[in-house]
Amino acid sequence: MSAGDLRDLYQQVIMDHNKKPRNFREMSDANHLAHGNNPLCGDALVVYLKLNGDVIEDVSFQGSGCAISVASASLMTEALKGKTIAEADRLYTLVHKQMTGEEIDTSSLGKLEVLSGVKEFPARVKCATLSWHTIHAAMDNDHDISVTTE
Amino acid sequence: MSLDLAAIRRDFPILDQQINGHPLVYLDNAASSQKPNQVIDAISDYYRQDNANVHRGVHRLSQRATDAYEGARDKVRAFVNAKSDKEIIFVRGATEAVNLVAQSFVRPMLAKGDDVLISHMEHHANIVPWQMVCEQTGANLKVIPMTTKGELDLSGLNELLNERTKIMAVGHVSNALGTINPVKDMIAKAHAKGIPVLVDGAQAVPHMAVDVQDLDCDFYVFSGHKMFAPTGIGALYGKQDLLEAMPPWQGGGDMILSVSFAHTQYNELPYKFEAGTPHIAGAIGLGAAIDYMQTLGVDKIAQHEHDLLVVATTRLDALDGVRIIGRAEHKASVVSFMIAGVHPHDVGTIFDQQGVAIRTGHHCAQPVMQFFGIPATARASFAFYNTFEEIDALVDAIKKVQELFA
Repeated sequence: MSAGDLRDLYQQVIMDHNKKPRNFREMSDANHLAHGNNPLCGDALVVYLKLNGDVIEDVSFQGSGCAISVASASLMTEALKGKTIAEADRLYTLVHKQMTGEEIDTSSLGKLEVLSGVKEFPARVKCATLSWHTIHAAMDNDHDISVTTE
Repeated sequence: MSLDLAAIRRDFPILDQQINGHPLVYLDNAASSQKPNQVIDAISDYYRQDNANVHRGVHRLSQRATDAYEGARDKVRAFVNAKSDKEIIFVRGATEAVNLVAQSFVRPMLAKGDDVLISHMEHHANIVPWQMVCEQTGANLKVIPMTTKGELDLSGLNELLNERTKIMAVGHVSNALGTINPVKDMIAKAHAKGIPVLVDGAQAVPHMAVDVQDLDCDFYVFSGHKMFAPTGIGALYGKQDLLEAMPPWQGGGDMILSVSFAHTQYNELPYKFEAGTPHIAGAIGLGAAIDYMQTLGVDKIAQHEHDLLVVATTRLDALDGVRIIGRAEHKASVVSFMIAGVHPHDVGTIFDQQGVAIRTGHHCAQPVMQFFGIPATARASFAFYNTFEEIDALVDAIKKVQELFA
């Protein structure tokens, strides 16, 4: 693998979302939240979720982590706002398949396709999936749960 | 005469490889060091020629295995200048040795309200076993604070060492910061109050000559794999009178003299603490690693590594946006650093693309990270086989990170 592939991982969209993460805020009227931790690298995120029935009315996050985990969380919040839980699950399955190198139809991924670069860096898949695991925990449970991806 | 690096590097076949199209630059020695042919051959020769169980058979192979295993013990004894082979217990590593002392020596004498004293700079291996024994007994874990330079703040040590303190356990060299702690002075202060001391030497023995009699420590622990020996082997040094008085902590074969269902008589030192068939090949590999280091000269190793530390520190300080964490006056060859605006985990991936292996993370020293208010650092740690050209590669890798994240 050449060093040029770093640009596949650290694409412009990722760098942008790392520098200026979207929906990076506490949500006072969230009705679901979960903490996600990666003890190995110290990444720690909180995902806030406002569910109206099975529709994700609002989603935000806070925390600190590497560029991949922050950008992935930011992109996730943009992608999931307004989606139903079932749609979010489908999207997560696609994102995960894309990161682990499975052939998928990328047409429904939108911006999330930039996370495909992670597949060349297996050690970083857990960074990119941390926020997704965390939102899953938030949906399944009411409040506080810790997710580790190790 | 300084070290012949070209010749040394030929002894370490693993160093001669390409990673992602670049020569491997291995700067993760504080996590685990590489092994020279001399160690690899000692292990493989043992399995090819001498393998048998120790301390049992009257047959030739068992005698050879026993001689090699006990020969390794004597090499460890000489390496740390212990008085007797009885004071050297083979263990899986420093972690197991700390747990052994916590459970066998400290636990029986701890009562509710007693103190166990450690420092803010410890590796988790020298924190958690003490937390466990405190939970078991109701004792309190007390912590020697540290300064922003990354040195221990010893101004309150006299108060921390008091009649409640049953042991002080302190690292000789910090794995996260490289700080060399003044353990000899600390031991003298503890002993003045009758308090025994365990020194975690896992990060010290690869870099400097250690003399347990000069330090006067009660226990000294280290791992083989950080000093060019295999994983799964390490040593506990303990003063003989203390070890004699301690109960065994694991039962089984080799640690007994006689067994009946009514009574078991324990074996003598050091076997009392070595239940089960030991890691014979590992011990032999550790002995070979000691031979290797002594052939090079431990003082020459220390000098070369100090030169690497000085050059690396100077070069990194000259870079904008790079901050070294840990500025102790006395340091081993460990440089922990942050690159402004870039998470250490991203640093690690970008380095790896250039063949530069470093550790990124909390280094199993989360309290140190909490002290500096950071989640993690990038850490370059040097061994005697590292070259000044590899510091160039380190600097280039940092520049690459900054270019990508500009």
